[in-house]
Amino acid sequence: MKFVISDEQRALAEALEQIIEGAGGTGVARAWAAGDRAPGQELWAHLAELGMLGLCIDEADGGMGGTPVDLVVAFEQLGYHAVPGPYLESAALLPDLVNPAIREGLIDGSVIATAAIPGLLTYALDSASSTHSFIVNPDSISLAKAGEPIGSIDETRTLSELQATESATTLDEQLVATAIDRATLGCAAVLLGAGERLLHEAVEYAKIRRQFGRAIGEYQALKHQLADVRVALTFARPLINGAALDLGSPAGPRSVSAAKVAAGDAALLAARVALQVHGAIGYTQEHDLSLWITRVHALLGAWGTARYHRNRVASFILSPVSQLAPVA
Amino acid sequence: MNTDTMNLDLSEEQLAFAAEARAWLAEHVPATPLPSMDTAEGFAAHRAWEAELARGGWSVVSWPEEFGGRGAGLIEWVLFEEEYYRAGAPTRAAQNGISLLAPILFGHGTDAQRERFLRPMTDGSLIWAQAWSEPESGSDLASIRSTARRDEERGGWILNGQKTWSSRAPWADRGFGLFRSDPAAQRHRGLTYFLFPLDAEGITIRPIAQLDGTTGFAEIFLDDVFVADEDVLGEPGDGWRVAMSTAGNERGLSLRSPGRFCAATDRLIDLWHTHQEQEPLAQDAVVDAWIKSEAYRLYTWGTVSTLQDGGDVGAEGSVNKVFWSELDIALHGTALALLGPEAELRGPSAVSNGRWIEDYVFSLGGPIYAGTNEIQRNIIAERLLGLPRGGDGRKTS
Ligand SMILES: Cc1cc2nc3c(=O)[nH]c(=O)nc-3n(C[C@H](O)[C@H](O)[C@H](O)COP(=O)(O)OP(=O)(O)OC[C@H]3O[C@@H](n4cnc5c(N)ncnc54)[C@H](O)[C@@H]3O)c2cc1C
Repeated sequence: MKFVISDEQRALAEALEQIIEGAGGTGVARAWAAGDRAPGQELWAHLAELGMLGLCIDEADGGMGGTPVDLVVAFEQLGYHAVPGPYLESAALLPDLVNPAIREGLIDGSVIATAAIPGLLTYALDSASSTHSFIVNPDSISLAKAGEPIGSIDETRTLSELQATESATTLDEQLVATAIDRATLGCAAVLLGAGERLLHEAVEYAKIRRQFGRAIGEYQALKHQLADVRVALTFARPLINGAALDLGSPAGPRSVSAAKVAAGDAALLAARVALQVHGAIGYTQEHDLSLWITRVHALLGAWGTARYHRNRVASFILSPVSQLAPVA
Repeated sequence: MNTDTMNLDLSEEQLAFAAEARAWLAEHVPATPLPSMDTAEGFAAHRAWEAELARGGWSVVSWPEEFGGRGAGLIEWVLFEEEYYRAGAPTRAAQNGISLLAPILFGHGTDAQRERFLRPMTDGSLIWAQAWSEPESGSDLASIRSTARRDEERGGWILNGQKTWSSRAPWADRGFGLFRSDPAAQRHRGLTYFLFPLDAEGITIRPIAQLDGTTGFAEIFLDDVFVADEDVLGEPGDGWRVAMSTAGNERGLSLRSPGRFCAATDRLIDLWHTHQEQEPLAQDAVVDAWIKSEAYRLYTWGTVSTLQDGGDVGAEGSVNKVFWSELDIALHGTALALLGPEAELRGPSAVSNGRWIEDYVFSLGGPIYAGTNEIQRNIIAERLLGLPRGGDGRKTS
């Protein structure tokens, strides 16, 4: 039993942080939102070099052979730095579902792929910036083309509906289900990372912003709201790590859904509180806080809503035969 | 296997330990719940249960064998607690002594004190009450006024003053608490930690009925009570530092083990199956109670890992305390919603003999005792997040 991340995983997180900061940090998201994809594509290439895009692919297939825990460690960083682009699709959802040639491209970064999943991920992200768009069904996958671009409250996200352009290739249902859960778990980790960053930004601001002759962080009304964010994030994290351990097992869907619900709730609280702590400056698009506030709201409805995931947990724990079974 | 990789795997020995505990509990846990611990009859029954646990060797699994334990590790302790609650075993009357006082005795006590106090703590023959709060000192514990006056002649101290809200004091054998031994010293300084018999001359115990009507706590009046030097814990004047080493325990790992919430969630799910038509909207609340219990269970494994690696819980214990106390109320509140008009009922005609409403009322105390949740949030904000202290710079966490 060891339920903390390893030194290697800590090192992975630090390496990612350095690369993202080196590529311009939140500047990458800013450029992406303004339609300048170059910094984002450059970062994509760097991350591919690091192996991030093949993190969950077997070493035999040219990937890193990482674990789902590695995956959530990595995606938390992407959330923390508001990195734009279809990483969940390319690095978590699609690797197991595409043909070997495309998979190779995913690993080396030459393929940037996005996807829609009817009923779960209605709109595909950044189709125009991707080399491939796919529709993923419970038992098949097909190449697709994007419809008209639709804007999002998160300006780094350009969305579109997809239309299949070829007949579907049949896939194993279990394989698809696990791939979707892997990406959903990645989304929960992105939300956790965004929440942690929102808390960090709010705490730092509360230390320096002064009103009535005092740092606003002295005021208990703000302290206690920030403390509640700390509590919510602290208890979302073990659900994410636990789901990473459960991924692919019968308990996987239940644990992934619990993680998505908790991470979504915690990130939303972080967004609300961080905005409140900042006051009007946080309500501007110019302030970087807007990157995470809008990202969190966008991701709450993607990869399955809270409604979907609570129902899925219920289908496990409230079905007549099940019970709260410990892992032991 | 790479042991550095995150995993929740238990060893054969650990699984066998849990199975052994499960088997023993299945055989020994009383079939009908004991009467409330907060009644004379119920307290006696709970004392007897402590003795039964000790006979089976299960009362303090993580203590060294020489003091009645099994020398088990933290993992085994968590597993035991999980089994304990799942088996529906009685509330531990000995909790104060075992989880709050004993760690201090191990750390700061004299050999003689360990010899005198630890073993009797394990079999229900010596039950402790925590005597910290005073009428004018709740959250601001360092402001206590009860005094200890030196008595050189008799080799001890004379205690005076009043303690209050002392859980289980109506039936407990001894109390532990802080007294101001240096009248000139301010706040955290000049306090001494005493271990005193509750039937000593000069002590009056006045039971106080709690919200549910039972006398779960009491006032303790001390009128020239003599306490010998051998009953001072730690150095005279060093009481604050000594006392604070239990505060971390109370809020952190030891007070509320995850097994408690997992077991309550299991019962909530059973209740949902029979009562869902009463409140169709409760399904989400049941799901959330499950998610949070699961989060708490997993978080605890993280804490155990950290402690095993030589880490410290520290102010993280405050995050923990806010979480479990709020979870406890939400969970039991959901049960009341499912029970609808039956929720208020007590006694044999009530569902589970009224346990849901009683446990709900108990949960309402959670955000108050062991340091109120407001104080915990101060601690989180100031010590974990690094926010500045309040305007007058006074320490409120
Ligand atoms: C069921 C139960 C069992 C208990 N058992 C024991 C026991 O065994 N032994 C024992 O010694 N005590 C016990 N207590 C007492 C408990 O420790 C105190 O109630 C607690 O410390 C709070 O003190 P108080 O009740 O005087 O409230 P106060 O300290 O007067 O607080 C009242 C309110 O003011 C808030 N407040 C106070 N200071 C601040 C601040 N700085 N910032 C923000 N808000 C603040 C509090 O959070 C609370 O909401 C028990 C209490 C309960 C309810």
